[in-house]
Amino acid sequence: MKRDTTGLQAHHQDFTTLPWSREDSSRVPFSAYTDQQVHAKELSRFFYGSHWNYVGLLSEIPNWGDFKKTFIGEREVIMVKDMVRPAMKDVDHGVRVVENRCAHRGVRFLQESTGNRRSFVCPYHQWAYKLNGDLGGLPFKDGVQTPEEIQGGMPSDFELSEHGLTQLKVEVLHGLVFASFDTKAPDIKEYLGPQILPWIDRIFKGKTLTLLGYNRQRIPGNWKLMMENIKDPYHPGLLHTWFVTFGLWRADQKSRMIMDAKGRHAVMISTRNEGGGGAVTQGVTSFKPGMKLHDDRLLDIVGEPWWTIADPSDAEKSITPSVTMITLFPSVIIQQQVNSLSTRQIVPNGHGSFDFVWTHFGFEDDSAEMTKRRLRQANLFGPAGYVSADDGEVIELSQAGFEQWNSDGQDTGETICELGGREVQGTQHMVTETLIRGMYAYWREVMSS
Amino acid sequence: MSSTVHIKQLHLTIDPLKDASKKWALQQEINDINAQYAQALDQKELDAWPNFFIEQGRYQIQARENFERSLPLSLMDLESQGMMKDRVYGVTQTIFHAPYYTRHIIGQALVLGSTTAQSLQQSHTLPSEQLLWVSHSNYAVFRTKPGSVSEVFNVGQYNDLWLPTPGGLKLAWRRCVYDSELILNSLIYPI
Repeated sequence: MKRDTTGLQAHHQDFTTLPWSREDSSRVPFSAYTDQQVHAKELSRFFYGSHWNYVGLLSEIPNWGDFKKTFIGEREVIMVKDMVRPAMKDVDHGVRVVENRCAHRGVRFLQESTGNRRSFVCPYHQWAYKLNGDLGGLPFKDGVQTPEEIQGGMPSDFELSEHGLTQLKVEVLHGLVFASFDTKAPDIKEYLGPQILPWIDRIFKGKTLTLLGYNRQRIPGNWKLMMENIKDPYHPGLLHTWFVTFGLWRADQKSRMIMDAKGRHAVMISTRNEGGGGAVTQGVTSFKPGMKLHDDRLLDIVGEPWWTIADPSDAEKSITPSVTMITLFPSVIIQQQVNSLSTRQIVPNGHGSFDFVWTHFGFEDDSAEMTKRRLRQANLFGPAGYVSADDGEVIELSQAGFEQWNSDGQDTGETICELGGREVQGTQHMVTETLIRGMYAYWREVMSS
Repeated sequence: MSSTVHIKQLHLTIDPLKDASKKWALQQEINDINAQYAQALDQKELDAWPNFFIEQGRYQIQARENFERSLPLSLMDLESQGMMKDRVYGVTQTIFHAPYYTRHIIGQALVLGSTTAQSLQQSHTLPSEQLLWVSHSNYAVFRTKPGSVSEVFNVGQYNDLWLPTPGGLKLAWRRCVYDSELILNSLIYPI
C-alpha cells in the first residue's frame, strides 16, 4: 500500500467521494470503518431507514405486559407483548416495538432490562403511554381548577394522538421479531428474499423456542466487521483450531455460499466431516494433529431430524447440513453449528465499537439430554468460546490497523476481498470472499444514493 | 434442630454452621486456598488450576442476569477436571488472543454452612449424603494488556461447594456469577 504524498484529500463530507479504488466491491476503503460521518449515515440508512432489524424472540415475552429492552442501531427500543383482542388473534401477534424516549422532554424513561408493565410512565412528569406507544394521558393537561380560574394546561389544540412514542413497524416470522422505523418497509419475506427464507424456515418454522440465556460482549471494532466475519468462510478452518482439527468447518467439506438478490443477506452452509489430516491442513498452524480431548462431551454431537430438508436448489434431492450461518443485514446472525443454536445481535456504538448479544435457544420438545447438549456445545461459542473468542480478538486488531493507517486523514488504505474472484455470486465451495463482496456492493449502492 | 436456608438460584438447601470456631477455621482455609488460586491464575500457572477441583468438579462462569432469571446458559461451563485441562490447552495452544495479565482480588469467604452431594448438578461418584461446605467470596479481576492501562475486567462472586479431602478442601463446584454486563471483547483465561 502506498500513500498519496501529494497532499491531503478533502475530508469526505459527501459519501460518494469515498476513495473506492475499483468499480467493484473487491476493495473496501478503510474509511468505511473509521469515519464517524460514514457511521452516522449508516445508522440513518440501514438501522433507522427502510430495513428490518432483529429485536428478539417471541419466547422472550410470552405474557401480556412482558417487555425486553434492546437497541436498533444506537436507539433504544422496547419490545413488548400487548393485549390482543379475541377478534384479532389470528391477525395480530400482539408484539409492539416502541422507542424508549418520552415524547415530552426526550427522557429515556424505562430503566429495567426486562419486566412486566401494563403501561409505560415517564418518571419526570408522569406522561403515561399504552403498551403500543399511544399517549394515554398526562397530568394537568386541562390545567388546575381553582375557585377563580383554570390555571395552566396544554393549549386547546394539543392532541394526545399526536404525542405518542415512536411506534415501529413489527413483523414476527416463526417467533423471530423484527422491527423497522420505516412504516413503509417492505414485507419481511420480501426483504429477506426467497434464497434466504428456506434456511430460516428450516430452523424455525412450526417450532416453539425455549430461551436458554444470554451472553454479551463489547468488541472494539466497526460493526460491519462482525457481519463480514460470518460472511467469510475462508478464515474458520485457519483461525479456529477446533474447526479444522475436529472437522466442524474446513475447506474440504461440501459447502455452499448463498445470498439474496441484493447481496446483503447470506447463508454459509456446510456439513461436518471427521477432521484429521488432509490437503487442507498442510501448512495450517492451527491444525493440531495430535490433539485429544480429556473429556469429549463437548463434541457429543447428535443429528436432529430438522437438519434434513428438501434441497432448495434441487427439490429432487435432500440436504443435511450440520452448520448454517445466516447473516441478516444489518443487525443479526443466526447460528446453527451442530446442536448449538443462537441469534447474535449487533448493536453499534460509534464507528469503532459494537455490542454483540448472544441469545441461545432450544426447542420446546427438546429432551433434557438435548438441552444439556446445546448448553455444553455453547462452550464453543460466545465471548469465551473456543471458536468465537478469537473472532472478537481479530476484529479488534483489524480496527486498530485501519485506525493507525487513517490517523493522518489521508484515507488511502483498503481491505482486499478478492479470494475466488472479484465478482459477486454464490458458490459450491468455501474458498471465496464473495459474500463480503456482495454485502459491500449493496452497501456502496445504498450509501451512495 | 437447625433451620435450613434455601438458595433458589443454586437449588441448594444449606444447613447453617453454628460452631463459630469451626466456621472460623473453614473461613481461614478457604481464604488460603483462594489466595493460592489467585496466585496460580495471575502467575499463569494454568496447569495447577484444575487441581483445585475434584476430578468430577464443575467450573462455571455465568452472567448474573442468567443466574437470577434461572436461565441455564453459561459463558463457560466445564463439568470435569478433564474439561478444565482441555480449556488450559485451548488457552495456551488453540485460541488466538492478545496476551494480558490478570490480577485477582478475592474477598473474605462467607461460610454459609453445609449441604450434601445430592445438591450437585453434575455427574459424580460421591455418596449422596457426602457433606460439602458452602461458601461465597466476592472477586474482582483486573486486566492489563501489554503497553496499556489496567482495566476492571470482571466482577462477581464465587459460589462454591467444597469437598473435605485428606489433602484439604477441594472444589466440587465453583460458579462465578458475574455482574459485568459486557465482557470486554473476550474472556480467555479462567477467573
